[in-house]
Amino acid sequence: MKFIDEFRDRELARGLAAAIRQAAQPQRDYHFMEFCGGHTHAIARYGVSDLLPANVRMIHGPGCPVCVLPIGRIDMAIRLAMDEGVILCSYGDPLRVPASGGLSLLRAKAALGGSGEIRMIYSGADALCLAQQNPQRQVVFFAIGFETTTPPTAVVIRQARALGLKNFSVLCCHVLTPAAIASILESPEVRQWGSVRLDGFIGPAHVSTIIGSRPYEFFAAEYRKPVVIAGFEPLDVMQAVLMLIAQVNAGRAVVENEFARAVTREGNRKAQQLVAEVFELRRSFAWRGLGELPYSALRIRREFADFDAERRFPISYEAVPDHPACECGAVLRGARRPQDCRIFGSVCTPENPVGSCMVSSEGACAAHYSFGRFADAAVAP
Amino acid sequence: MSRLRRAYGRALDLRHGRIEMMHGSGGRAMAQLIDELFTSRLGNPQSGQGNDAAVLPAAPGRLVVSTDSHVVSPLFFPGGDIGCLSVNGTINDVAVMGATPLYLAAGFILEEGFPLADLARIVDSMARAATAAGVPVVTGDTKVVQRGRGDGVYITTTGVGVVADGEDWSGDRARPGDRIIVSGGIGEHGMAIMAQRESIGFAADIVSDTAALHGLIAVMRASGADIHVLRDPTRGGVATTLNEIARQSGVGMMLQESALPLQPQVAAACEFLGLDPLYVANEGKLLAIVAGDDADRLLAAMQAHPLGQRAALIGGVHDDPHGFVQMSTSFGGRRIVDWLSGDQLPRIC
Repeated sequence: MKFIDEFRDRELARGLAAAIRQAAQPQRDYHFMEFCGGHTHAIARYGVSDLLPANVRMIHGPGCPVCVLPIGRIDMAIRLAMDEGVILCSYGDPLRVPASGGLSLLRAKAALGGSGEIRMIYSGADALCLAQQNPQRQVVFFAIGFETTTPPTAVVIRQARALGLKNFSVLCCHVLTPAAIASILESPEVRQWGSVRLDGFIGPAHVSTIIGSRPYEFFAAEYRKPVVIAGFEPLDVMQAVLMLIAQVNAGRAVVENEFARAVTREGNRKAQQLVAEVFELRRSFAWRGLGELPYSALRIRREFADFDAERRFPISYEAVPDHPACECGAVLRGARRPQDCRIFGSVCTPENPVGSCMVSSEGACAAHYSFGRFADAAVAP
Repeated sequence: MSRLRRAYGRALDLRHGRIEMMHGSGGRAMAQLIDELFTSRLGNPQSGQGNDAAVLPAAPGRLVVSTDSHVVSPLFFPGGDIGCLSVNGTINDVAVMGATPLYLAAGFILEEGFPLADLARIVDSMARAATAAGVPVVTGDTKVVQRGRGDGVYITTTGVGVVADGEDWSGDRARPGDRIIVSGGIGEHGMAIMAQRESIGFAADIVSDTAALHGLIAVMRASGADIHVLRDPTRGGVATTLNEIARQSGVGMMLQESALPLQPQVAAACEFLGLDPLYVANEGKLLAIVAGDDADRLLAAMQAHPLGQRAALIGGVHDDPHGFVQMSTSFGGRRIVDWLSGDQLPRIC
């Protein structure tokens, strides 16, 4: 496949692995956080860790939109379908996330008795079509994701207004990447106790195509952490690791862009304007694992209030504590590895996920369970 | 037959007619539907007997019986439809046990309002598949459910075959040192369905691989290779089927990603939707686990058959108390190829 295979080339990987081994100084070790679930998935799926020396450790970050969604937000979506009788449209990956009362969107879908429906869709545009096809029904798009999925949501909201639709609204759960990075860097594990060592970040791929590389400059300057923005292919990740090692060795902390084929410093201005037109900052938003973070998420502006499901329907967010044994929070902050959790692989599996990190294939726990747990068992053919 | 048809007054309207509740009520309308739409197409001596069951000559050996329900949506897809799928799928389930498939039975659950023209197309397709495979449909049943209580048509087929004594292909017989062969490109059926369902334009040339495999299997048997396990990787794909076998046999497996036969358009569609072709359904492929020394001989025999041209050695079996199926990635790393958990869901980013 053109433009895919080139970034998964075995020989190039071998060359990069050798360069990384040479660059990594044996007397020290390197702890890098890959922010995005897309990176986590690539590392696990292609076995990138096998190609890294033992003193280079990857820490999985919180950049999986499904994983950071708190239970209370899923509950809101379920209530819309169950109590308000709407057609609730969701992307595929949130469907299995555990919610309150032993439910998930998938289980709620199976249990729905009334007029409500839960449908999987591929984009907000599909939800808009459903609203047009079912004028007598209320259709709600469960919009989640980081900055990558936000502009398309802005587009459908604008379209809905242009079409004068009265039966379409959006449950907006879009969150912001820089806020999450700041929260990790400010966490006591990193700042005070030093129990989580972070020597640098692999910065987001798709998110950065929208917001550009400029927002990370603050982290490099203020917290003295190198950031290398990288694509989601395995060679991208390895190249970024090499660039991070070089920065650490040289005592530098700047933002570098490995993903130059798609990311500029300024990002996609048009998309940014679109987002600014439709959304505004929320004063505070609850993240799974990271807690309430100020100005870390978006809500729909008053001008588009007609399309805001939180205003149209009598629902509000109620915080629900995570399962007491679940360590998703610590995993999302990089404080624990998936296999350190007591219930990993026993009580909590992809079939019966307790925490959200076990749900999406981008979640740190699911990625380790599905692709990497042979390493814990230490068997080799 | 012509005398009977006159008794119904008017022939079924196969252009504009639809299934009505009376077609399942046991009366004259049902008899007419069975005569004109089913028996006339699937026609054979047994189903023409008009009795409650088919009476058939017994064959020597042990009986192999398998049943499979088909609920595919859409009913018609590139490369096939629910009709030929229901014939081929059940023939394959019987044949992978090493058996010669002999007879099929078919049960139809029809939804009120379903167009008779579509039903005729489906039954024609079944007839063609059964004739091509040389395995007749000898008895059947139809029921009608109210509109909104079904998806047009569901078809359950049951297959009967015979297997010679001493032929023991079974999922618990994989042994360390065995090799794993797949008979051709993976994921084609599942991606053909998904491309149609989700209207993915660039994937329009992906065609379902639905096919009856007993001809290929006969060639494999004739090669004299010591085959331990044969299975068709349908739902859950190659990954799930290999995990089933690894668990049944208490062994581990190691696949080579670079050896997996995969059409570029299937790879592209999977990439686009964030799916893994190892978990996508096949309907005309089989996995063979064969004694290591016989692997090359079996592979050569398979590649000489039209349905096995792209057969490939994809890995081996080893000792592993955990029963892990692993893969050495093209990239140079290693990972687990786990059971499919839940449905494969497209990823958002």
